[in-house]
Amino acid sequence: MHPIVATLIKRIGLGIVSLFFVSLIIFSSLNLLPGDFVEAVLGQSRTEETVATFRKELGLDKPFHIRYVNWLSAAVQGDLGSTFSGRNASYANQPQQSTARTVTSLLKPRLYNTFFLAAMTALIAVPLSLFLGITAALYRNTFYDRTVNASALATISMPEFFVAYILIICLASIYQFFPSLSNVTSSTPFFERVYLSILPALTLTLVTVAHMMRMTRAAIINLLSSPYIEMAQLKGLSRSKVILEHALPNAWAPIANIIAFNLAYLIVGVVVVEVVFVYPGVGQLMVDSVIKRDIPVVQGCALVFALTYISLNLIADVISIITNPRLLYPK
Amino acid sequence: MSKLENQYSAKDEVATVFIRRTFFQRALITLKKAPFTAWLGMTIVFIYIFVAVFAPLIAPYGEAQIFKVPYAPWDEIHVFGTDRLGRDILSRLIYGARNTMGIAILTTLLAFIIGGGLGLLAAILRGWIDQFLARFVDILMAIPSLIFALMLLSIFGSTAFNLIIIIAILDSTRVFRLSRAVGMNVAVMEYVEAARLRGEKIGWIMGREILPNILPPLVAEFGLRFCYVFLMIASLSFLGVGIQPPTADWGSMVRETGELIQYAQYDITAAMTPILPAAAIGILTIGVNFVVDWFLYLTSGLKDEHK
Repeated sequence: MHPIVATLIKRIGLGIVSLFFVSLIIFSSLNLLPGDFVEAVLGQSRTEETVATFRKELGLDKPFHIRYVNWLSAAVQGDLGSTFSGRNASYANQPQQSTARTVTSLLKPRLYNTFFLAAMTALIAVPLSLFLGITAALYRNTFYDRTVNASALATISMPEFFVAYILIICLASIYQFFPSLSNVTSSTPFFERVYLSILPALTLTLVTVAHMMRMTRAAIINLLSSPYIEMAQLKGLSRSKVILEHALPNAWAPIANIIAFNLAYLIVGVVVVEVVFVYPGVGQLMVDSVIKRDIPVVQGCALVFALTYISLNLIADVISIITNPRLLYPK
Repeated sequence: MSKLENQYSAKDEVATVFIRRTFFQRALITLKKAPFTAWLGMTIVFIYIFVAVFAPLIAPYGEAQIFKVPYAPWDEIHVFGTDRLGRDILSRLIYGARNTMGIAILTTLLAFIIGGGLGLLAAILRGWIDQFLARFVDILMAIPSLIFALMLLSIFGSTAFNLIIIIAILDSTRVFRLSRAVGMNVAVMEYVEAARLRGEKIGWIMGREILPNILPPLVAEFGLRFCYVFLMIASLSFLGVGIQPPTADWGSMVRETGELIQYAQYDITAAMTPILPAAAIGILTIGVNFVVDWFLYLTSGLKDEHK
C-alpha cells in the first residue's frame, strides 16, 4: 500500500475513535448529575406516575450501555431527543402528548446561522492573516513587522467582548454604520444577512487574525532558515522561485494546521460574540440552555461543537499528510 | 584588560576575580537588563496585586453597598458612576481585582497540582499508566474547553467552587502534556537512575530530582495558563454562568452594564462603563504576557529570530 493511504487510514480511524469517546463523555455527563434529575426536572407538580413515565421515555429504566447505544443511533440519524423546557407543567397534566420540542428543530436553523457567521469570518480572516504573516516574515524586524506583531499581541490578550464593545461604540453608536444587534431570521435576504453580520464577523476576524498571522509568520521564518532554502538561494535561484517551488510545498502542512486550529478556535469564540450581538446561533442557544439547565439541548450543542472541532482538526491533518513531500515520494 | 576591547586573552580571564554575588544581587543585575516591555509588564502585575491585596483600604465604598441613584453619571462622589442597582463602579472594579484574580490563581494552582503531578508520574512510571493517562487527556482535549466547561456547569450548577474544579481539571490536561514531555527528558538522566537505585520513594524523585530541573518551562507555562484561565473565567462570567452576583467580578460587571454601550453618542462616559472592567481584564493579560515573554527569553536561551 502507498504510505500516504496507510497514514490517511490511520489518522481517519483515530478521528473516529476520538469521536466515539467524545460522544460517550457527552452522553455520560447526564449521569453525573447529582440527585435524581427526573424529579428535579418535573419539579413540584410531579406524581409517582409522571416520574415513572418520564423515566421510561428517557429510557432510564434500562442499563447504561443500552441507553448509550440507543442515544447514539438516534443521534446519528439526527434525533437528539426533546428539550426539558415546558416539560414540568404540561407534562404532568398530559403525559401522552408532551409539548416539548425536539432538540434538532431548535438546532437546525441556528446551525445554519453559526456556520454562515463562521464562513464569513473565515473568508475575511484567512486570506488577510496569510498575507500579513507572509509579508511580516519576509520583511522581518522592520517597522512594518514590529507594528503588525505588537497589534497582534494586543488583540490576542483582549477578551472577545472587549473587542466587540469597542467596535459597537465606534461603528454602531458614535458613527452608525452597522447595527449593533444582528437579529437575522431564516427569511432574511442574503445581502441584508451579510450586512447584519458584519460586526460579529469583524470581531471574530480581529480575534483570530492576530493568532493566525503570528503562527504563519513563525512557520515561514522557521522554514526560510532551513539549510535547503539557503542551498536554493546559493544556487542562484530567483526569490519567487525559492519561495513558490521550494518553501511553499513544505509550508502547506503548517499553514493548514494553523488555519484549522483557528477555525476551531472560531467556533468557540462564536459563543461569546453571538451573545454580545444577540445573533441567533448555536452558541447563544447553548448559553441560554446552560442557564436554564436544559441538558438535552446543551448535549446537542456540545456534540455539534465537538464534531466540528474534531473534523476540522482531521481535515487539517489529512491536508498535511497529502501535501507532505516526504510522503509523496517514498524511497 | 588589553588595549583592544574585543581581543580575548586567557591571562585576563584567569586574572579576573570571581565575585560571589547573593541571590538578591544577581536578581538586581538581571532586572537592570530587562527590556522596557518586561518592566511595563511587571509594573502592571505589581499594581494589580497591590490593588487586590489592599482592596478594602483603597475602595471608597463597599463591594455590594447600594446607593439611591442607579446609573449615576461620573462625578466626584462616584468616580465611574453606579450600576443598575446603584453600586459604585470604582469600588466594584477594585474588589473585582481581588475576586477575579483570586479565583483565577486558585484554579491555575489546582490545575498545576493535578496536571503537573500526573504528568511527572507518567514520565517516571511509563508503561500502561502513562499510556492510559495520555490517551485520556487526548480525548478530553478533543472537546473545546469552553464548550466542555459550559456543559459541565449546566450539569453541576454555576457555583464558584464548581467553576474552580471544572476549569482546573480541563486546564490540567495542557499542564499534563507539558510536564510529561519535559519530565521525560529528565527522567532518563543518570542522577534520576541513581536516586531510584538508592531506593528513593517516587515522591522524592518527583519533587527533589525532576521538578527543580523542569521548573523554568513550568513557571512560564504558569503565567500563560493563568492568562488563559483568567480569560476563560471572565468569558464564562460574562455569559452569566461563571462567578455569580453579588460577588464583584469583571466579567459579570461587563455583562451587567453592557446595555449602556448604546448611549455612546449621547454620553461617552456612560458607554465607557462596561469598557472599564473589560480593559482591566485585557491589560492584566498583556502585562503577564510581557513578563512571560521575557522570562522565556531568559531561561530558554532560545533567542529565536532576534539576531
